[in-house]
Amino acid sequence: MNHAVNEPRSYLDAPYGVASWLLTKDHKRIALLYLISITVFFLIGALFAAGIRAELMTPEGDLFTADMYNKLFTLHGVVMVFFFLIPSIPATLGNFLVPIMCGAKDLAFPKINLLSWYLYLIGATLTLGAVFMGGVDTGWTFYTPYSSMASNTNVTLAAVGVFIAGFSSILTGFNFVVTIHRMRAPGLTWFRMPLFLWAMYATSLVMILGTPVVAITLLMVGAEAALGFGIFDPRVGGDPVLFQHLFWFYSHPAVYIMILPGMGVISELVAAVSRKQIFGYSFVAYSSLAIAIIGFLVWGHHMFVSSQSIYAGLVFSIITMIVAVPSAVKTFNWTATLYRGSITWESPTYWVIGFIGLFLVGGLTGLFLGAMGLDVHLHDTYFVVAHFHYIMVGGGVMAFLGGVHFWWPKMTGRTYPETLGKISAVLVFVGFNLTFLPQFVVGYLGMPRRYHAYPEEFQILNVVSTGGASVLGIGYLLIIGYLVASMFKPRNATANPWGATGLEWDIPSPPTTFNFEIDPVVTEDAYNYAGRAQKTGDN
Amino acid sequence: MQSTFPLFPQAASSVASEVDLLYFFILAVSAFFAILVSALVVFFAVKYRRRHPDEVGHDIHGSIALELLWCVIPFVLAMVMFFWGASLYFTLARPPADAMDIFVVGKQWMWKVQHPSGVREINELHVPIGRPVRITLGSEDVLHDYYIPAFRVKMDAVPGKLTTMWFTATKVGTYHIFCAEYCGTQHSGMIGQVIAMEPQDYEAWIGGGRTTGTAVENGERLFTTMACITCHKTDTSGRGPILSDVFGSTVDLQDGRQVVADENYLRESIMNPQAKVVREFQPIMPTFQGTLSEENLLQLIAYIKTLKAPQ
Ligand code: HEC
Ligand code: HEM
Ligand SMILES: [Cu+2]
Ligand SMILES: [Cu+2]
Repeated sequence: MNHAVNEPRSYLDAPYGVASWLLTKDHKRIALLYLISITVFFLIGALFAAGIRAELMTPEGDLFTADMYNKLFTLHGVVMVFFFLIPSIPATLGNFLVPIMCGAKDLAFPKINLLSWYLYLIGATLTLGAVFMGGVDTGWTFYTPYSSMASNTNVTLAAVGVFIAGFSSILTGFNFVVTIHRMRAPGLTWFRMPLFLWAMYATSLVMILGTPVVAITLLMVGAEAALGFGIFDPRVGGDPVLFQHLFWFYSHPAVYIMILPGMGVISELVAAVSRKQIFGYSFVAYSSLAIAIIGFLVWGHHMFVSSQSIYAGLVFSIITMIVAVPSAVKTFNWTATLYRGSITWESPTYWVIGFIGLFLVGGLTGLFLGAMGLDVHLHDTYFVVAHFHYIMVGGGVMAFLGGVHFWWPKMTGRTYPETLGKISAVLVFVGFNLTFLPQFVVGYLGMPRRYHAYPEEFQILNVVSTGGASVLGIGYLLIIGYLVASMFKPRNATANPWGATGLEWDIPSPPTTFNFEIDPVVTEDAYNYAGRAQKTGDN
Repeated sequence: MQSTFPLFPQAASSVASEVDLLYFFILAVSAFFAILVSALVVFFAVKYRRRHPDEVGHDIHGSIALELLWCVIPFVLAMVMFFWGASLYFTLARPPADAMDIFVVGKQWMWKVQHPSGVREINELHVPIGRPVRITLGSEDVLHDYYIPAFRVKMDAVPGKLTTMWFTATKVGTYHIFCAEYCGTQHSGMIGQVIAMEPQDYEAWIGGGRTTGTAVENGERLFTTMACITCHKTDTSGRGPILSDVFGSTVDLQDGRQVVADENYLRESIMNPQAKVVREFQPIMPTFQGTLSEENLLQLIAYIKTLKAPQ
């Protein structure tokens, strides 16, 4: 291959060397660093999940001791939530795409961006340290007084890890907000922004406003455990329910940190696979903000049976029901976008359809839990486990994988085998439903979550669930397999393999270090397929 | 009894079928929307599939009318679910006045039950059918949750507080009790059974149980042995307030606030007397934290509730 001497090199090539990666300030390289790290944590979390599902094959607690099982689900939850899903889309696709979609050379604060990755790693390492020192058994919710007094494991270390990782989200969010405010290309008005940017903006707000609360809460747990301050433990004059308020004040919005970015990805994908302007663009954009804001006011729906005042419960219940509306609006708009589109049947479409199906179930089952009288029965059963997996894994992880499949050629310059992309989407979809649909049934039957052993009559449903998890696992492994394999093949991706609009598709795959040779000027709305129809001939 | 492969739980309390009705309503609404949207997505994806590589979609920017429609319809349905759920919740949160009182205390990892007659049991709960039962829940250590799926009720047992739940069993039978709030190693072993009996069988069972006095009698004994009586007398000569008629009354506090003396207030007055000091009294009452078990506390409260001023 003959490179013209002055042709700028892609960000992957310039410059080489381990140090050039570990000290990089390039948002695209940081995105890849994150991608590798969260994949490792996903695999660790999945290993714990495999342990949980294996134990639940039989009603007796026979595979692990009860303590071991408790550590497994705790670590599964902690790793999946704090070290995989929260950073997943923002820190990988977001890091890669936010500057490019803005038409900028990098994020506003490239060094802070690198710092956020290191904070993430330090946090993750400390938490893993807690695993090796004997594990944590409080559940990812760290409820007091169990976590501060009764639990004898390494809660403080794990909490410090989560605390530090929290700062990495705050910094990422801060970087995105400033970038989106200050660094948009000329002509890129708010309402010309791709919806992914809107979603990242809303997510960042939640990260900045919510994360400090969980950080402070975890500090208080630490202070109580280490110094004996009476904050949450009634024996020293504290209030255990206060912890739940503080915890959910962050952790419910955190659910939106996990799903809003996914909604942003799906908006991009829906437009691209149907080559069409998103139906009701401004409604989709505003619904992200609505979800982010209203999402701060619903935390008490986790506490309908916690002895919180029944009148407070009323308020939380009604707001919970209201927050369902913007999610419904988005779903209807995506569906309407497909109407009279030009819909490809390439692999991203499979992920989009899979996402919509699973997200629907996840969102609709939230209504069951928001209706207070019904939640009394459902709270802390497998119904809840199924519900949040439909949202977080069915919604969040499907969208993440869809996004990875869609932008993979851009990020790496490589394509993957289309057929495998489709097969894995189908495997994940089928495996997921097999795993989690039975859990709704077993939850309504009354099986509580975090149970190491359970009555015999729940066994068949649990066996189906474990079988489904194996299919799901194969699907995930397959994806990792062919994506990693593609990295060893020559770069074969064109600049715009999907024939999509968006600034990222106007630059080479993979992009050069500073993204744009000439600073872009935006003269059209996002998803202007009709307007561009003439121009797309380069694939 | 439960079949070996049930897909739906037994309904054995007065509220169970009401809860199920709401469940089926939301299920029907959800199924309708899930099927509608999925069908449309697949239908559009097939019908409008790309026919040649350069084809683009028709440019449709949106429709305010449609947006309003699909804001309003889900909103209205969600409000129906809210009101329905809330009214059910209020039913569940408010025990009828004539309910019989049973005390349940959770501790790692068992449920200790005390009937009004003083009969005790562990991990089992015998109740008569057709009669409302109010459970007063305490915890000796961490959070637990008393959950009876067949009755569709659960409530957290919160250390430092008393919580209540109630139900009326409607069908004779044996049903699961689960601890539904994670509480450590043997959380999944913190289970038991409700045995719902015909009222006469219940009376027979209660009559056959060994007791060391009713809850009130035990409370009265504790009131003496714990020396409460030295300060709380029936006349004003004591250093503490007269406790007759205190339950349910409005108490003036030193800091000017007023509180209604419910069970949680009584509990706090005993376990953490300095938190709310009664007006015109000195904060000299010692704390009984650590010396009184959660069960003794419930007996004392039961006793204090019976104290009436002579007419
Ligand atoms: C050393 C004397 C003393 C002893 C012993 C004592 N108390 Fe008290 N108690 C007081 C005083 C003084 C007050 C009022 C000030 C306050 O609220 O702390 C009080 C208040 C109360 C109240 C709140 C009354 C109200 O009118 O609101 C209750 C209930 C109570 N005590 C129960 C008990 C019980 C039960 C015991 C035994 C386990 C006990 N006390 C032992 C002195 C005592
Ligand atoms: C890959 C397949 C997965 C399987 C089979 C699986 C399975 C399970 C099971 C069975 C539990 C319940 C444990 C218990 O309550 O006893 C659980 C809990 C949980 N899972 Fe997963 N899970 C999977 C993926 C994920 C992912 C990707 C996430 C990421 C967000 C996740 C987040 C959680 C959380 C937060 C809990 C709660 C943990 C707790 O109760 O402390 N899971 N999972
Ligand atoms: Cu929530
Ligand atoms: Cu428990």
